[in-house]
Amino acid sequence: MVDVSELQTFEHDVLVIGAGGAGLRAAIECSALGLSTGLMCKSLLGKAHTVMAEGGVAAALGNVDRRDNWKIHFRDTMRGGKFLNQWRMAELHAREAPDRVHELEEWGAVFDRTRDGLISQRNFGGHRYPRLAHVGDRTGLEIIRTLQDHAVHRGFGIYMECTALDLLLDGDRVAGVLGYWRESGRFVLFKTRAVILATGGAGRAWRVTSNSWEYTGDGYAMAYEAGAELMDMEFTQFHPTGMVWPPSVRGILVTEGVRGDGGVLLNSAKERFMFRYIPERFAPETAATEEEANRWLAGDKSARRPPELLTRDVVARAIVREVNEGRGSPHGGVFLDIASRVPAETIRRKLPSMYHQFKELAEVDITRAPMEVGPTLHYCMGGVRVDSDTQMSTRSGLFAAGEAAAGMHGANRLGGNSLSDLLVFGRLAGIGASQYVKGMGTAPRIDGTQVEAAVRRATAILNRETGASPYAVHDSLQELMGRNVGIVRSEEDLQTGLRELERLKADASGVKAPGASQYNAAWHEALDLRPLLVTAEAVTRAALVRQESRGAHTRVDYPGEREDWQRVNVVVRKRQDGGMETVVVRRADPPKDLAAIAYATIEDLEAGRA
Amino acid sequence: MPEREFRLWRGTAAGGAFVDYRIDVDAGMVVLDVLHRIQARLAQDLAVRWNCKAGKCGSCSMEINGRPRLACMTRMNQFTPRETITVQPLKTFPVIKDLVTDVSWNYEQNRRIPPFRPAPRAADGTFRMMQNDVDRVQEFRKCIECYLCQDVCHVLRDRSRKDAFVGPRFMIRLASLEMHPLDTGDRVASIRKEFGSGLCNITRCCTEVCPEHIQITDNGIIPLKERVVDRYYDPLLWLRRKLFRR
Repeated sequence: MVDVSELQTFEHDVLVIGAGGAGLRAAIECSALGLSTGLMCKSLLGKAHTVMAEGGVAAALGNVDRRDNWKIHFRDTMRGGKFLNQWRMAELHAREAPDRVHELEEWGAVFDRTRDGLISQRNFGGHRYPRLAHVGDRTGLEIIRTLQDHAVHRGFGIYMECTALDLLLDGDRVAGVLGYWRESGRFVLFKTRAVILATGGAGRAWRVTSNSWEYTGDGYAMAYEAGAELMDMEFTQFHPTGMVWPPSVRGILVTEGVRGDGGVLLNSAKERFMFRYIPERFAPETAATEEEANRWLAGDKSARRPPELLTRDVVARAIVREVNEGRGSPHGGVFLDIASRVPAETIRRKLPSMYHQFKELAEVDITRAPMEVGPTLHYCMGGVRVDSDTQMSTRSGLFAAGEAAAGMHGANRLGGNSLSDLLVFGRLAGIGASQYVKGMGTAPRIDGTQVEAAVRRATAILNRETGASPYAVHDSLQELMGRNVGIVRSEEDLQTGLRELERLKADASGVKAPGASQYNAAWHEALDLRPLLVTAEAVTRAALVRQESRGAHTRVDYPGEREDWQRVNVVVRKRQDGGMETVVVRRADPPKDLAAIAYATIEDLEAGRA
Repeated sequence: MPEREFRLWRGTAAGGAFVDYRIDVDAGMVVLDVLHRIQARLAQDLAVRWNCKAGKCGSCSMEINGRPRLACMTRMNQFTPRETITVQPLKTFPVIKDLVTDVSWNYEQNRRIPPFRPAPRAADGTFRMMQNDVDRVQEFRKCIECYLCQDVCHVLRDRSRKDAFVGPRFMIRLASLEMHPLDTGDRVASIRKEFGSGLCNITRCCTEVCPEHIQITDNGIIPLKERVVDRYYDPLLWLRRKLFRR
């Protein structure tokens, strides 16, 4: 039996779960607004996934091309998201991103500079102008370190290597969180009035992924189990360029910055195949010939953008097709060539960690030879359904920001929009939580039986005599998701996937971790299985419901976008009987002024006519 | 697949010992891949800290065949075919379990460093900095906080002077603030007194192990020492301070 009064207990107005960019920014805001704030994270501070972001943070600063402004950033984002984005979120994001980037500078960030001494910006897929503020190809490190170094002087509680297991409720309100210290295996109780989920995504449900072990869908599952709604879960982004060789590094990210800085994609016949995959919607703004694309790279402002910089969904599908039709590279990818297009010195200066990564891990010198690349699961566009302005979920006191939240990116995220997303919505979630806490009457109460149930569920894994290996179950899940819920999906594959998921859920409920609870990797792995499986099921069910192909969701049995599916989101939630249900929810009509911007021609926008 | 011999330190703060494992290794693997395979097949509860697996986060620091390294960037093909690979936790920090150490002391040091204090913005609301002026600071800001430099620093490792010296990582952090074109703070006095710049005797071991190839000693610590010397050991300034009690 668990005696709740004997558990180590901390009390805060707000507890932020996750210390990547969104969590750090949210905690900084809560603290600045006078709330007692706690920040818990599974890893050490500064190691969260944000650290791996490479290319840059998107903000219409207009430093490199003066024609840029928030409206064009907003239009690019909506078009990239195939108009499924929450309009208000995309608007807030485009309007506020420049302020958030400037704020980082005030906190000590040192971005690469233009010749005038301003923040430099680089080209990226789907962005009309050079828009990504960056530091070589280690922008994420710069951002997380800046936030971290700023945060440690704010005086709020930081709980490192501490994993959240369950949200605790008082009626329909959030009341706390039960977690455990990884180091000791001991349980810890957080009493709190509001929780901000900044838990990132769930890439570890797939084998080929750019994500680290932390990405197990914790936030999605905790929100779901607590009765909040998930949305857009069918949209999982496969980044077109992950490493493919050697096998042990398969999936590790190769930044889109390689293409932004002039790299091109080639098939085994040395053909720049992307010219054959330009969607109609983007044709008027994409170069038609290699000659035009080369002029664009040389700085000719009348030339249009090369097709390698189309959105990630388009490029990833094109690569899969080239490989399937027998025009792939020796290890099942395609070639990404920057060596023949950009001087070696520039490559080493602009893409130092790519140079380093290929040299050390694949023994390839990217200043001399092309890279082999292929799609890798990178990002979940879906997540916790939140209010666009406050970031509150459908559960009182539960907020979400960054990759944990749904809506900002619609059916496909543009590169660079994630770092800006987590800054903008991390802050807004902090403000939202603050308003909620300050408007609250009586504080919520902790229900001891919920705590007990959570502790018992976790300790059962250690206490049972025998059971399957958690590593084996995780391995089977990754295999299944890659095979049945990958880049190209079908009714049959998804139905089979769902049946196999049921079997895996049964296996997972009986796993055994040997040893004691102190820093026990097998126990940690076993505890991560539940959120992984909840996420995998949510993605599979939502993918079955959406009978069209839009953005990152591709159905061979329903090719092409369908008008009626643009008007709805797929929502996933827990039924009374404990099963998972999907609901198709009609979207509100877009505000007229925003629709006018999103559907305007680029000429009208540049001339200020929209 | 060829089998390889691994000797891993297993244990806790209460004590431990090396345990031998035989495991097959595939082409292209790094040491971290092999540790994960050992975890999945032979030692499920083996404690290993890691995150990005691409040399970007600095989590998987350990001592491999006696040398502090990132396990994710140490390829198996750099060892001779019959070489036993011995892996142990960082020596400078207390063991928690197996290959995981308690590095919280480093986080405490970071918190002691006076934060960035920017000059006001220019009239147009921007900060102007030239690339030439930020190159050096950007070199320092490449640091991924793997603490390999801390692990190998004689002052911390052999002389256990954590009470007097913050170590190379935080000398670099101090340098990144002191050389930041916008920063208005003055940390020279604390660099000498509180952070212990005088204890570094420039053996450059930290620079040698830095996976980011930061010139920790030459570009960071030595310039900081010079600033301290200029202020405290310049004979003319010393005389003036004596005379005018400044």
